[in-house]
Amino acid sequence: MKYLAIALPLSALALTASVSAQDEDPQVAHGRQVFEHMCAPCHGQGPGDDGSEMLPGTAALTEKYAGSRPGALELRNDLPAPVLSLFVRRGVGAMSPFRASELSDEDIAAIAAYLAEPD
Amino acid sequence: MSILPPDLDEAGFAAFLSDLRVAVGEDWVWSSDTDMFPYRDSFSPVWNTPEEIHASSAVAPADVAQVQEVVRIAGRHGVPLHPISTGKNFGYGGPSPNVQGSAVLDLKRLDEVIEVNEDRNYCLVEPGVSYFDLYRHITDRGLKVMIDCPDPGWGSPVGNSLDRGVGYTMPQFRDHFGAHCGMEVVLPNGELMRTGMGAMPGANSWQEYPYGFGPDPSGLFAQGNFGVVTKMGFRLMPQPEYYRTGLIRVPRRRDLVKLVQHVNYLSDSGMVSEVRFASPLSALLGNPEFAATATKLGGPTDAEMDAFASAAGLHSWAIDLQFLGPEAATLAQWEYAKDRVLSDIPGAEALDGDHFALPATEEQLDNVTQPYPSAIRRRGALGVPSLGIWEIVRDDGHVGFFPVLPRDGEAIFELQRVLGDAQRQYPLPPYFSAVTAPLFWHSHTFQMVFAPSIKRDDPEHNAMVHRSMKHMVAVAAEHGWGDYRAAPIYQDDVAATYSFNNGSMRTFLEAMKDAVDPNGIIAPGRGGIWPRRFRS
Repeated sequence: MKYLAIALPLSALALTASVSAQDEDPQVAHGRQVFEHMCAPCHGQGPGDDGSEMLPGTAALTEKYAGSRPGALELRNDLPAPVLSLFVRRGVGAMSPFRASELSDEDIAAIAAYLAEPD
Repeated sequence: MSILPPDLDEAGFAAFLSDLRVAVGEDWVWSSDTDMFPYRDSFSPVWNTPEEIHASSAVAPADVAQVQEVVRIAGRHGVPLHPISTGKNFGYGGPSPNVQGSAVLDLKRLDEVIEVNEDRNYCLVEPGVSYFDLYRHITDRGLKVMIDCPDPGWGSPVGNSLDRGVGYTMPQFRDHFGAHCGMEVVLPNGELMRTGMGAMPGANSWQEYPYGFGPDPSGLFAQGNFGVVTKMGFRLMPQPEYYRTGLIRVPRRRDLVKLVQHVNYLSDSGMVSEVRFASPLSALLGNPEFAATATKLGGPTDAEMDAFASAAGLHSWAIDLQFLGPEAATLAQWEYAKDRVLSDIPGAEALDGDHFALPATEEQLDNVTQPYPSAIRRRGALGVPSLGIWEIVRDDGHVGFFPVLPRDGEAIFELQRVLGDAQRQYPLPPYFSAVTAPLFWHSHTFQMVFAPSIKRDDPEHNAMVHRSMKHMVAVAAEHGWGDYRAAPIYQDDVAATYSFNNGSMRTFLEAMKDAVDPNGIIAPGRGGIWPRRFRS
């Protein structure tokens, strides 16, 4: 099950990992962990810094989709690995591309598996 | 598009890659267009132009021994290496090299937090460790030390400090290179060296005394190309007990001169953390009459600006003060700061801000309870990594020019006028106007910011931005304001402005470069230092 409470207080990461790792598919668990570390600080749910309503990536996608899709990636179920890989490896707008040394193809597939979990 | 290293043909390049694969494994060497795309600078104003500099390949060793082997291989094949750590280095060139066809030496896999010592307040980390990683390491273990991190927090303490990056806490920590203590370096011949007390076998003070004995070469590796740093120590602040904020506002434009002098005293006495300067008059920039005045050629008079302030009921300048330490000490320092400024500047006023025990709660980190408009970035102020700063990024990214200027109010006014006039010919937002406030990032100097956006599908806009960057660097240098950090495409321009006595410093550094790196293997051109092989 997708962990929906990820407002991403960093101090809570260890707790969320230990709770949900017990009964998750290993790939999904890995994807959740990678998402929390690499994606959620920009694309997570919850507020941004210093009074901002959303984190920057979530705010940008919310504006881009104008209600047709959720801004928060964890509320999406339409990001299979090939699509995710395109955005991760090529970047889009101000979002940077990520190198294979930072996120492996296996990591991207795991993130996709995590995002594909039912909300 | 296949990119070859300089002076190498296809067969030579293949042999180089083959040797790399033997050294680090098949999975950690890349050269295809697809794999190399993320090694381009996606914030580059010369994107998809002949000026864009492309790497030929990338290699990611797993440990120091593999780094040494990669350096030796590069030496044998004559291929320049461009070392990077982790993070993005946006605005300063990303991972792109100075020389077309360089191989990027990607140190991401050297990602161990080797030690965090909460009794002696330091850490020792590898280049692939990010500020997020170090913060998690500390918080997961409940260690009582605080890091100082830049925005955004995905960068590397090693990489950021080597590019002389900055953070937002106390002066002795937010100059990240200044806060380093001891490094390990792979030299251009593949040999391993440690600086400071690390050079003494058996010493247990590597992260406590940076100098050891004799000349300290560590400065050569910051914005330099004399080796590949594989470990680096940093001083850390003991977790403060309490955090306190306060705001002081002054009414008149020229009050800034005295205000700066007071801030200099408070900061250099160790009483305050980062001080954020702002002008409440910035709120009037939407008013065309005010905007025209604040950006007029030659700058407005004090009387003109004061008239707008008076009519709007706004102060001319404000400083956010932040205090870290025991609760009683932070209160005493705040009371002292108020008395000091308010007794000297007529009409100045002070407002008490948020204050609370540390570590902060999530709500306190969110910074939503400050009782006045504040320029503080709370997470950064408390050493908590974040990507929240991304909200300021416009279009597809930006470049950055950050001139260093004296901590002096008159110097601020002069820079506002000179660079404000210089940028008028470019259709850009007014980065320099009569309300532009200084950044107090480095410990003992001010900077200002020129950071026009780039648009990857608009080459005309990017070309204008590229011209403006070079122009602003040149105009600033005519007045003694030098850039502190630059992307590879601007490093020669910036280095040329540090030209005292016919560029004797550059001549000295290039003589050393030729001596320690005769093949020009390590990041040729970085910091404007070129080895003989590429100097022509």
